[in-house]
Amino acid sequence: MMNKTDSNKSTVQKIGGFLGANTVPIMFILICAVCIPLSGFSPSYLLNEIVTRMGRNTFLILCLLIPIMAGMGLNFGMTLGAMAGEIGLILTADWQIVGIPGMVLAMILSIPISILLGLICGKILNMAKGREMVTSYIISYFINGVYQFVVLYLMGPVIPIKHSSLKLPRGYGIRNTVSLLDMRQKLDDLIPLTVFGAKIPVATFLLIAVLCLFIVWFRKTKLGQDMRAVGQDMEVSKDAGINVERTRIISIIMSTVLAGFGMVIYLQNMGNIATYSSHSQIGMFCIAALLVGGASVDRASIGNVFLGVTLFHLMFIVAPSAGAKLTGDSMIGEYFRVFVSYAVITIALVMYETKKRRAKSRMAEQLRLDQLKESEVAEQ
Amino acid sequence: MNENAEKQSFMDRCREAVADFGLPRLIIAGFLLLLFILSPLVGADLPTQISNTINRFSWNAILVLAMVPMVHSGCGLNFGLPLGIISGLLGATLSVELGFTGGLSFFAAIVISTPFAIILGLFYGWLLNKIKGGEMMIATYVGFSSVSFMCMMWLLLPYHSPNMVWGLAGKGLRTTISLEGYYDKVLANFLQINIGNLSIPTGTILFFILIALGIWAFLHTKTGTAMTAVGSNPVFARAAGVNIDKMRMLSVVMSTWLAAVGILVYEQGFGFIQLYMAPFYMALPAVSAILIGGASVNKASIANVIIGTFLFQGIVTMTPTVMNNMIHMDMSEVIRIIVSNGMILYALTRKTERAK
Amino acid sequence: MADKASPLLEIKNIKKEFFGNQVLTDINFTLEEGEVLGFCGENGAGKSTLMKILFGMDVIRETGGYEGEILMNGEKVDFATPFDAINAGIGMVHQEFSLIPGFTATENILLNREPKKTNVISEIFGERLNTLDRKEMDARAVEAIEKMGVSIDRGMVINEMPVGHKQFTEIARELSKEQLKLLILDEPTAVLTEKEAEALLHSVRGMSSRGIAVIFITHRLHEILEVCDKVVVMRDGFVVKEVPAGDTNEAEITRYMVGRNVDTNTDHSNLREEIKKDSLSDSSVIMSVRNLWVDMPGETVRNVNLDVRKGEILGIGGLAGQGKLGIPNGIMGLYEAGGTVVFDGKEIPLNQPRSCLDSAIAFVSEDRRGVGLLLDETLEWNVAFPAMQIQNKFLKYYLGGLIKWRDEEAIRAVTEKYVEELQIKCTGTSQKAKELSGGNQQKVCLAKAFALEPRFLFVSEPTRGIDVGAKALVLDALKKFNRESGVTVVMISSELEELRRTCDRIAIVSGGRIAEILPADTPSETFGTLMVSQVI
Repeated sequence: MMNKTDSNKSTVQKIGGFLGANTVPIMFILICAVCIPLSGFSPSYLLNEIVTRMGRNTFLILCLLIPIMAGMGLNFGMTLGAMAGEIGLILTADWQIVGIPGMVLAMILSIPISILLGLICGKILNMAKGREMVTSYIISYFINGVYQFVVLYLMGPVIPIKHSSLKLPRGYGIRNTVSLLDMRQKLDDLIPLTVFGAKIPVATFLLIAVLCLFIVWFRKTKLGQDMRAVGQDMEVSKDAGINVERTRIISIIMSTVLAGFGMVIYLQNMGNIATYSSHSQIGMFCIAALLVGGASVDRASIGNVFLGVTLFHLMFIVAPSAGAKLTGDSMIGEYFRVFVSYAVITIALVMYETKKRRAKSRMAEQLRLDQLKESEVAEQ
Repeated sequence: MNENAEKQSFMDRCREAVADFGLPRLIIAGFLLLLFILSPLVGADLPTQISNTINRFSWNAILVLAMVPMVHSGCGLNFGLPLGIISGLLGATLSVELGFTGGLSFFAAIVISTPFAIILGLFYGWLLNKIKGGEMMIATYVGFSSVSFMCMMWLLLPYHSPNMVWGLAGKGLRTTISLEGYYDKVLANFLQINIGNLSIPTGTILFFILIALGIWAFLHTKTGTAMTAVGSNPVFARAAGVNIDKMRMLSVVMSTWLAAVGILVYEQGFGFIQLYMAPFYMALPAVSAILIGGASVNKASIANVIIGTFLFQGIVTMTPTVMNNMIHMDMSEVIRIIVSNGMILYALTRKTERAK
Repeated sequence: MADKASPLLEIKNIKKEFFGNQVLTDINFTLEEGEVLGFCGENGAGKSTLMKILFGMDVIRETGGYEGEILMNGEKVDFATPFDAINAGIGMVHQEFSLIPGFTATENILLNREPKKTNVISEIFGERLNTLDRKEMDARAVEAIEKMGVSIDRGMVINEMPVGHKQFTEIARELSKEQLKLLILDEPTAVLTEKEAEALLHSVRGMSSRGIAVIFITHRLHEILEVCDKVVVMRDGFVVKEVPAGDTNEAEITRYMVGRNVDTNTDHSNLREEIKKDSLSDSSVIMSVRNLWVDMPGETVRNVNLDVRKGEILGIGGLAGQGKLGIPNGIMGLYEAGGTVVFDGKEIPLNQPRSCLDSAIAFVSEDRRGVGLLLDETLEWNVAFPAMQIQNKFLKYYLGGLIKWRDEEAIRAVTEKYVEELQIKCTGTSQKAKELSGGNQQKVCLAKAFALEPRFLFVSEPTRGIDVGAKALVLDALKKFNRESGVTVVMISSELEELRRTCDRIAIVSGGRIAEILPADTPSETFGTLMVSQVI
């Protein structure tokens, strides 16, 4: 009857399908191919930059994978974890615990905050099923307000901050920039290694590798399987006895906690915290990078993360100088890369939504053909 | 089985009215009332405060009004407001570039921005028709992308007016452009009422009333009725022979044009054109204002616009002064962020009748 | 220990009410271990309600529970949730698939019952971090598939499977539950090809020989006769017949399925006089449908040819899912359709709701809340909207017709007229549609269609889900509309008796096609046989 599967696709269609499925990465490869020669950067400089940025960002991007697995889309709420990480770092900076121990302590401090924020976020998202992304996006703004309240008003009078170097001149609240000089790149330089003049942050990469292994392993666990099931069909999962709401909340909490760790790693590389802005852009850049790697709203792999982080940051490095060479104005490139980040997310979202609709209409088409045949046969 | 629903007691109706109005809205209204009561007590000048609130209301009301058509046609909250704002900015800068001055430059700006708003609106509407159901997230990012794209354009487009371009380079528009000599306060100064410290920008308010009346009238026509029906139940509308896509497209164009006019009115009050990243975060305050006014994701009225803008702008203008005078601590920014985004969250998580 | 003499399942005096409607009355039957029970009856006979009770579905408790007793192995059981029923050894395969689309057959078969291996991390953080034992999963899936006796690819992802294999995956899932003693199959062959259905019947026999009892619900009577030990026929909430499968035949089952109650006999005599004999001549065809196909999910229409005569009430009946609803929905352009429809000598382009409406054809949809009403708007809007949009009624013109202004007074007047005429119970014409009861909502839908002053009216399931009083009123209004205004009415309904009481002729749809069109005074049994004649 209507159960024919068309497996005899022509090669042309296959190539078309491959190009269609990978539009974004291919576009990026083209952009980079044009911009790299224009920018005039040396290969070793580029390599060095890319490696540094990979170490800085990969951990953060990886934390997006778990909510995608649970069908909750791109977790714009990862900013929450970033804020938790920053609070951890501010406190350790005040307690003057430096180097690796400081980092570890900051991560530990971030865990309870992340869990709390993740729980709130997860609960709210459960109330807004079907529009998780826009909701998590607004949550990130909302919690940002709470974060500002805590850091700007509570730190000092309520949460003791000893060192005035951290505080604003008025006596409470944290300064716009918190220096992490004693922690700067301590993790990156823990195991020194230089290849082709590029400094490799071996220890950071090791941590990233551990997280990748964790994710691979996690997919094989019962919880991972449940998340995949919930992500594909909440109703069926519920009928099978899986606690859907709880599973979704756990996925958000895990993502938030990991984002907290990721933020600590990110900031130890940067060497300072921009107290009120570090986290606000991080979500957008991480999501853009993941999408550049070929991920979509409902499907993302570790491979997407690495390809994405490489391509996206390559573009980020070369765009300003290529733009300046082309137009004589360095700002053009700056704006260009911001534009590209947003455009990538827009395109990915549009492609995801249209794909959803196309899947539906294709089903109708199949039925239509079947019935046409039917009525033809009936006429004869 | 619901027959006895008619015989609801008065108490039930009251409770329903409160539930309908929404607890957050009550809290916000109460908070604003408290601010008004507190302000003379802590030594702030009440008439100045009220003038400020009314002024800011007059700047923002049309931007909030721009939410209405899209909500009516079921496209959700217009997070893509920046797209319309950009049309307005193009109109504003071109009007100055072409040498219009004074009040004329304001109307020239509206006229010039109209075709941009229509073209961008058509494109935006076409896109939203392709992705029904995912409008809000994509609208946000369409807004963001267009703003960052225009950042490049402001630098590259061949503007020459010395009042607008960077003095040194002789090209590329400045971040902020003064409207003195152009349409700075053209509406506000029209029939302005001044009583002591209280001043009311009558012209701007009249202009808003004019536009709002236009929208109100539109919603009472055959087409307006069809638009509301599309938002209320698209399948019903389709079964009644209404072309859903066309209605949605029309609503998006209207929203975009209103946003363009809205930003021009905002500029005439504020006195400056703000370019580059300025339109970036303009959608969120407008969205939360209309929600505070009692709108939901698929229902909005002009009353919602007026109440919402007044409450929202009231809080934004009153909190800094009152707070500063009270505890010498300016928490207004934080309060604004929490209130406005909290309101949006409330609206997004509230189950609508249709979602059942 | 259970008494050897007590049967596996015993249903005793089960009664169930939905909002005052008695849907099940004194249901009694027993089921032995390994017995296969065929269950048949028209839609609405109470089969699915009974199964819901048996499976402990939430909807039963939410609507006030049930009366009577269910005994398993002689012990009284009362399932609070489907999980309790599953634990007691009941498995159910629903008509809608309950499968995760991106998972393989194995993963679906063992969904949430996966065998696991413990590890260091799971010992600290809890058992949800146990890893899945893929080998064991495969082994258990193979075992379940073997038990079923139909081979399917356990590694295939559900998305890529033919429909039949999805069905088999569901069955294998139930069989993989070790405690399974009773399997309920709800129309399992509806989506299967002939060969697959054959395989399924074979597999049912296999289950039975392993001691698993099966309740087999289907409209395909020959399957019941082929595989079942016993047949239970339900009608209007009663068990009307319980008979060994060997002692009966298709004709007899059909007769029991549609046989009328005593009280409808009186109506029968009334109806004969009312029938328009003159309309039975072919002279005045107002709508002629040729080779119509409609892609309405669950109500597919195939190659329908139908002539509707001017001024008659034509009934379209048939079992659910056979395509009777697809006919009006397809013609009215709500679902994709093909073929030709000629109305009053002119061909109507399909797939454009507007084209039918412009030709003065109106439609009252079976989906009141989804299609029929603007729930959040007033009655006035609901009644007047289509007429305003299509015929420019209730408008005032300004500026030489440039502005078309809503004429609130005219709208209120027309709404009040219909509120009175149809006795719509409401607080006023500005009440929201969602606040009305089902029956009154249905009347609003009718008013909406009447306001269009159509020449031709499709009414789909006009009495579904409304109380008896409202039913009579709605049907009377339709009859009156037809006889007094001369409007041709096509009424689609699942209730045969209602059609027989209201219509002049009745077309029976089976398998997406028109089985036959007969005068309404034809005996019910004949219609019943037609209903199951081409069931797919």
